[in-house]
Amino acid sequence: MAGLALRTPNQTHRVLSSDDMEALAIGAWILGTGGGGDPYHKLLNMRRLYEQGHSVTLIDPMSLASDACVAVVSNMGAPIVGQERLSDPEFSTRPVKIMERYLGRKFDAVMALEIGGGNGLQPMLISALTGIPVVDADTMGRAYPEAQMTSVAVAELKCYPFAMSDIRDNEIIIPRAESWHWMERISRKACTEIGSVAATCKAPRTGEEVKKHGILYTTSKAIRLGETVLQARRDHADPIEAVLDAAHGKQLFRGKIVDVERRATEGFLRGKAIIEGLGEDTGSTMEVHFQNEFAVGYKNGVPVVMTPDLICLLDSVSGEGVGTDIIRFGQRVTVLALPAPEVFLSPKGLEAVGPKAFGFDIEFKSVFDGATS
Amino acid sequence: MKRIGIDVGGTNTDAVLIDGDAVVASTKTFTTVDVTSGVKTALAEIVKQAGSGINGVNAVMIGTTHYTNAVVERRNLGRAAAIRVSLPASASLVPFCDWPAELAEKVNGGAYLVHGGHEYDGRALVPMNEQEVAQAARAIRKDGVDSIAVSATFSPLTTECEDRAADIIKNEHPDAHVTLSSSLGRIGLLERENVALMNASLIELASEITEAFAEAVQASGLDATLYITQNDGTVARAEMAREFPVFSFASGPTNSMRGAALLTGIEHAMVCDVGGTTADVGCLINGFPREANNVVEVGGVRTLFRMPDLLSIAIGGGTIISSDASVVGPKSVGFRLGEEALVFGGSTLTATDIAVAAGLLDVGDKSRIKDLRKQVIDQALATIHERLSEAVDRMKTDASEVPLLAVGGGAMLIPDSMPGISDVVNVEHQAVANAVGAAIAQISGETDRIYRDMDRNDVIALAKQAAIDNAVKSGAAIETIQVIEVEDFPLSYLPGNAIRARVRVVGEAVSV
Repeated sequence: MAGLALRTPNQTHRVLSSDDMEALAIGAWILGTGGGGDPYHKLLNMRRLYEQGHSVTLIDPMSLASDACVAVVSNMGAPIVGQERLSDPEFSTRPVKIMERYLGRKFDAVMALEIGGGNGLQPMLISALTGIPVVDADTMGRAYPEAQMTSVAVAELKCYPFAMSDIRDNEIIIPRAESWHWMERISRKACTEIGSVAATCKAPRTGEEVKKHGILYTTSKAIRLGETVLQARRDHADPIEAVLDAAHGKQLFRGKIVDVERRATEGFLRGKAIIEGLGEDTGSTMEVHFQNEFAVGYKNGVPVVMTPDLICLLDSVSGEGVGTDIIRFGQRVTVLALPAPEVFLSPKGLEAVGPKAFGFDIEFKSVFDGATS
Repeated sequence: MKRIGIDVGGTNTDAVLIDGDAVVASTKTFTTVDVTSGVKTALAEIVKQAGSGINGVNAVMIGTTHYTNAVVERRNLGRAAAIRVSLPASASLVPFCDWPAELAEKVNGGAYLVHGGHEYDGRALVPMNEQEVAQAARAIRKDGVDSIAVSATFSPLTTECEDRAADIIKNEHPDAHVTLSSSLGRIGLLERENVALMNASLIELASEITEAFAEAVQASGLDATLYITQNDGTVARAEMAREFPVFSFASGPTNSMRGAALLTGIEHAMVCDVGGTTADVGCLINGFPREANNVVEVGGVRTLFRMPDLLSIAIGGGTIISSDASVVGPKSVGFRLGEEALVFGGSTLTATDIAVAAGLLDVGDKSRIKDLRKQVIDQALATIHERLSEAVDRMKTDASEVPLLAVGGGAMLIPDSMPGISDVVNVEHQAVANAVGAAIAQISGETDRIYRDMDRNDVIALAKQAAIDNAVKSGAAIETIQVIEVEDFPLSYLPGNAIRARVRVVGEAVSV
């Protein structure tokens, strides 16, 4: 895993700077593959919190005690709602407090459910407010729309208890669920009911579970990816090239958005974007389907890229990620693929997050021919 | 079709009379502090040049950079208060939270968060607290702030909360001008609120400027309707435009690019418009400016609405140059070029003086710059060329060579060749391309309504037809109409599979 190279030997704790937050926001948005929500509002909150003197400590997951109690946090819902209901650290922290009350103990650390999109910054908000350190890991290595689409679900770890809070005075605890699928169904219904956005605290994990089944060093990976883009911009270099280099990606298509179809259904944003080729892709069309995140890309009607490979749409000029909720007619975008975390390439992984899990009747074929990150 | 197009820039006021595709008369004068007299002078000159050709002119189309400059230069901005209907959500990121501090300090006339707003499906988030709205309005009145921007969660889906809030404000603070965020922007509360706040801070200026333009047109004796150009290459009637000054942001460069396309007959090219204060670089695609992806910053504030993709750098005819040419800009003498440049009798060395000294331009009194050393002239020109070339290169998105259309009063500062550019195209009337673009601005048609029990494709087809009908009614020629924006939202809270569709089209004015 590329993130390992970033670790300084013997350094298990690192106080993140506000510059790290700027880079993290860019990197997380790219790894969000269109979903997870634009990190901008969370970044604004982080700037404010740093100005007020708060800070965040990032810890090496391998330094966790085996019995450490780790909160796994995320906002769930449709990203479009997040553009209208702005992120608020108090609101993000509420389900962690609910869970601590339910468990009758305090958390030792907090980690992201998904590094991709705004959720990559969710533990930062909570950490800045509460002082609980953030673990350099997540359970997706990207963003995915559903609860069972995680490394911990693929490992069949316990899916409960679960806490969720609403912006109004509604608290929801799901003490037990038969499976990750049931947890997803029940929590999704509750989430939709309270406006398709909710702050959540997933099933707590032990230090041992994080070390064994977490996707490690994804926070520092996202920070590094963001730094790469910022550096390319400063050098007037092509930021897309820089991303491809830094994340071992593949460019698939370059063009202009000519149609976007969106449906907000069952708490998700589903739909597709149609891209007309420009430059060497002139004459070709790419259709990218999404369920919050980009799931499958068809070039001239043929599926050429699919989950769990990361499908990223980046602004062709700035290299900034383009979210499924903000794609617009006329935008110029480059489609690229980044390698999937290894755990998702196993038969069990593909069952959870392969194209069939998103309703596409196609066999998974990686653009990287089975290579992993 | 005969029209007069006028572009009021920071330095120059340009005017042209267009008959069909031909420029019949043109003039370039300095912008004046009071705006009106510059426009009057330009109009009088056009009337004089045209002689009997002036008959049949029924539209005067004015583009202005006043509003952009006001925000960028932090001048003439009014105080504006924000009432945001969003609580209990969105409490930590308050209105003005991502504005540059010095700008917020100037504009911020109070930010009030009240309970209410909508869900993504149009339901109420919580019932709107009308008492809180009334209290906010009273506090704003007490502070002597007369312009208010109202934003509500998901107001682009349903304007119910914003409309009701506006009624309450009118009742409590009758003198207040209210800008509703739903009338300006798209989904994205913070950016939409930012646009509404900027609009609110420009309302007083817009009212003054529009009146000044109307007065100038009247004084010219022309029986013509006044239109103000928008940043998408279309025009709005003056009475509409004064309500929405933000839609004029970047209309100057848009006009220049559209004018350049008409004058050169080239529809795919880079365009470099060198004015008095800045040079704007953009990219023409099918005769229209390439639109900016996503969020566009105006004066350091994030906005999300329709804007051309531009790179502005501080190079223009009025750019101030140090005596040894080691410093070029970013300061400019602006509209005082006519007094401060050496060739015009002033005491400041400007890019215009350099151009005259280099034999690129013939204006003013050349004897006043005869002592300029060749080394200074060469170095200043080299710096200017280098900065313009770099700006053009940054805006190019593909490697193949394309032509560069040189326009604006400072076009002579553009070098004859640049890397990545096949040909630098200079044409007659290039100095007044912006006024030409204003004169050929198009008519738009828009529709925004809810359709039920229909397939999405049918909805969009119907909405397109409705927008086209509206454009034709406003005077657009049907065969020239192009769809420029299609947006649809599903409204799942309404029975019967409801879809809200918004379509905008533009077309050329029908020739009379």
